[in-house]
Amino acid sequence: MYQLKAVDKHFPGVHALQAVDFEVQRGEIVGLVGENGAGKSTLMKVIYGAYQPDGGEIKIDGKRVRFQNPRQAMDHGIGMVFQEQSLIPNLTVMENIFLGFEKQFVTFGVVSWRAMATAARAQLAKVKLDIDPTTITSDLSFAQRQLVELVKVLTLEERIDGDLVILLDEPTSVLAEEEVKLLFQIVRGLTKRASFIFVSHRISEVLELSDRIYIMKDGAVVDVVHSNDADLDDIQHKMVGREINSEYYREHKQQAYNSNDVLVSFDNVGLQGSYRNISFDLHAGEVLCLVGTEGSGREAILRTVFGRDPCNAGRVKIKGEPVTAFSPMAGVRRGIGHVPRERKIEGIVNGMNVYENMTLAQIRKFARLGIMNVPAEKQLANEWIERLGIKTPSVAKDCGGLSGGNQQKVVLAKWRSSGSDILLLDHPTRGLDIGAKEDVYEMIREMSANGVGILLAADTLEEAIGLSHTIIVLKDGEIQKRFEYATGSKPSLYDLVHHMI
Amino acid sequence: MIRDIIVKWAPLLVLVFLVLLFPIFEWLEDFRAGKDHIYLLDSRFFSVRNASRIAVAATPGLMVAIGVTFIIIMGSIDLSMEGSVSISAVIFAFAFLALGGTLLSWAWLAIPAAMLVGAGIGFVNGLVHVVFRIPSFMVSLAMGFVGTGLALVLTGGDRIRIEDEVFRSLLTVRWLNFPIMCYVALLALLVAWFIQSHTTLGRNFYAIGGGEELAQASGLNVARIRVLGFALAGVFFALGALMAVGRIGIAETATGNNFMFISIAAVVVGGTALWGGIGGIPNTLVGILIVYVITNGMVVIGLPSWLQDGVLGVLVITAVVLSTSRKSISFVK
Repeated sequence: MYQLKAVDKHFPGVHALQAVDFEVQRGEIVGLVGENGAGKSTLMKVIYGAYQPDGGEIKIDGKRVRFQNPRQAMDHGIGMVFQEQSLIPNLTVMENIFLGFEKQFVTFGVVSWRAMATAARAQLAKVKLDIDPTTITSDLSFAQRQLVELVKVLTLEERIDGDLVILLDEPTSVLAEEEVKLLFQIVRGLTKRASFIFVSHRISEVLELSDRIYIMKDGAVVDVVHSNDADLDDIQHKMVGREINSEYYREHKQQAYNSNDVLVSFDNVGLQGSYRNISFDLHAGEVLCLVGTEGSGREAILRTVFGRDPCNAGRVKIKGEPVTAFSPMAGVRRGIGHVPRERKIEGIVNGMNVYENMTLAQIRKFARLGIMNVPAEKQLANEWIERLGIKTPSVAKDCGGLSGGNQQKVVLAKWRSSGSDILLLDHPTRGLDIGAKEDVYEMIREMSANGVGILLAADTLEEAIGLSHTIIVLKDGEIQKRFEYATGSKPSLYDLVHHMI
Repeated sequence: MIRDIIVKWAPLLVLVFLVLLFPIFEWLEDFRAGKDHIYLLDSRFFSVRNASRIAVAATPGLMVAIGVTFIIIMGSIDLSMEGSVSISAVIFAFAFLALGGTLLSWAWLAIPAAMLVGAGIGFVNGLVHVVFRIPSFMVSLAMGFVGTGLALVLTGGDRIRIEDEVFRSLLTVRWLNFPIMCYVALLALLVAWFIQSHTTLGRNFYAIGGGEELAQASGLNVARIRVLGFALAGVFFALGALMAVGRIGIAETATGNNFMFISIAAVVVGGTALWGGIGGIPNTLVGILIVYVITNGMVVIGLPSWLQDGVLGVLVITAVVLSTSRKSISFVK
């Protein structure tokens, strides 16, 4: 009844969806799985109207439709239950449920709160949630909020005559086991009226709930399986797919690290709500990769090393010194450099030029009594431009105008030139084209040969395997498995995925 | 790219346009009256005498605008200028008179004292803003009122006259047709430009305005830089106060009036972005000249003063509209 045919979506430099066919039958629960970056979120956004596809068509009951925005999609019965809680915390439950649709309760410009409360209670009954609709939303538990999200979308039931398609984006990620069971029960009960698209990293749950499962990889649907005749391993294999090319990751340049020289040491470190009992040592010359799904705690661990998120359990030592005061300032002073995922926000300062960006973390070295030595800065910038092959018309060029790959090189040069010997790379190749990626890999090898310890959160598993000496697999904030290996004895993708989900 | 270039040079073009525009009105007027008038050459507006008049009028505002430029580059805002100027002016006047009443005595100490008062107010602004995490506009607005109130308490509503001839020579002695205060302002302008472009502090302002998260992630002490920025702005507010007193010879509670709008208008019209990171001292110079050329030009061609405020208001909004890239901003609060 709901159908996507050969849908394409391009972003600058990325072919995010490639001729995707997708179909939902009446009353069906369809699962959607894939690695991070496989194109799941883009597909969902196309479905609920946040993105318009560049090619292909969307059909409802055989009729071609086009949505300019989510509101239009809702008018056609398509609703989205968001993973990131989309409820406004300072409003009451009923206001959230009817946000944007208050008109039905308004007479002469006055809202009848009583009528709204009655209607809200009726809606909440659909998911058997017994709460006062006038409760302030922030007072609810996560599970309750998740149900209110669902209720909000279920109001479509009364507004729309036709069929409903409801997207559930990672609805179980904040729920406990019994709550998940309850949610599944409710969803199954609602299939009389609506079809569901269920997106989750937890493949076992997808298998349990869905009738059919779409498996996505690199922007395309690689397979559609019926959950009756599919198993977990099978799906995991299909999600991962291709073989690694060792040349690509410069594996032949991988050298053994110095196991006597510990740069960062975690001893049973924990941070409430993010991760717990994390222990590892990062050595000079080692590339240590943290692997896990979104929310597995790897970003939080990087932030703790850098001094952004102070831990509240265990001991962190950097170069043998116990860390007591956490701050990025102290982190930089200890020789830690951070290459963030959001390059535009945290990596380079837009509006500042190449040499200003490069010396930002070592500004004191280029100043006497607070007065900058600009010629020295320019000289440093020129050296690094040559060394890393940064393509820029001049050192005085605004960094915001450089390509992504060159921006990333500026960021790496910034930390390398300031003498950082512990580097935290958070998705250093995200959004880069292949050539730029290879340059980054080359630099990683070179730095590690020079005794820099690198803590990596890789963009893909292939990258993780190709680049690192050590891989730590994280799940829900805990270490699942540790792989140590040299070139030639690398684990397979499947080994990793198996522990991730 | 082209848009960037236009945005960069637009303020200067506007200034040139305005300077050439007002003489046209004068020419038209004389032409209708049947008098001989050669465009520009016979203009009262386009003359050295009038340029000096505009410069003198603009000097105090320029100092204040320079101060607030630093803050706006950081992405914050300082609204304490009116109170800071008043209290600095009043304290300067009292100290000046108490220490001898002429610049050739110990009374010169009143000048650094006034600058210290300005720095002190700015320091408190910055400290409260950073420590209690209160938006800078609120802290500084409140501090401004405190300053005005203090000035009123000190003066009891009286005007304090500074009649020392040496101090007044700021206005009365002219080199090359321009009073000394214009050269003092030029010096201050150069110092400000040097701070902006050749010191770590100036660099850090841009870093914070361009990306505060990133500045912090690069190991900068953002809180300290912010406090220093506000203190620095305070010093320039005090310089504005000294110029204002030098210009009219009077210090009073009302000395600071109108500086808030004029200075912020100048910064914005000059092309410094309100969200920080872009622009700088040269922009502010162009901006303040635009503001005062308009005010002066409208007087010369005989338009009423209430219209001037309206024109300035429209100009400020236009400048912000033109310089904002709305694509990158989804919500503005």
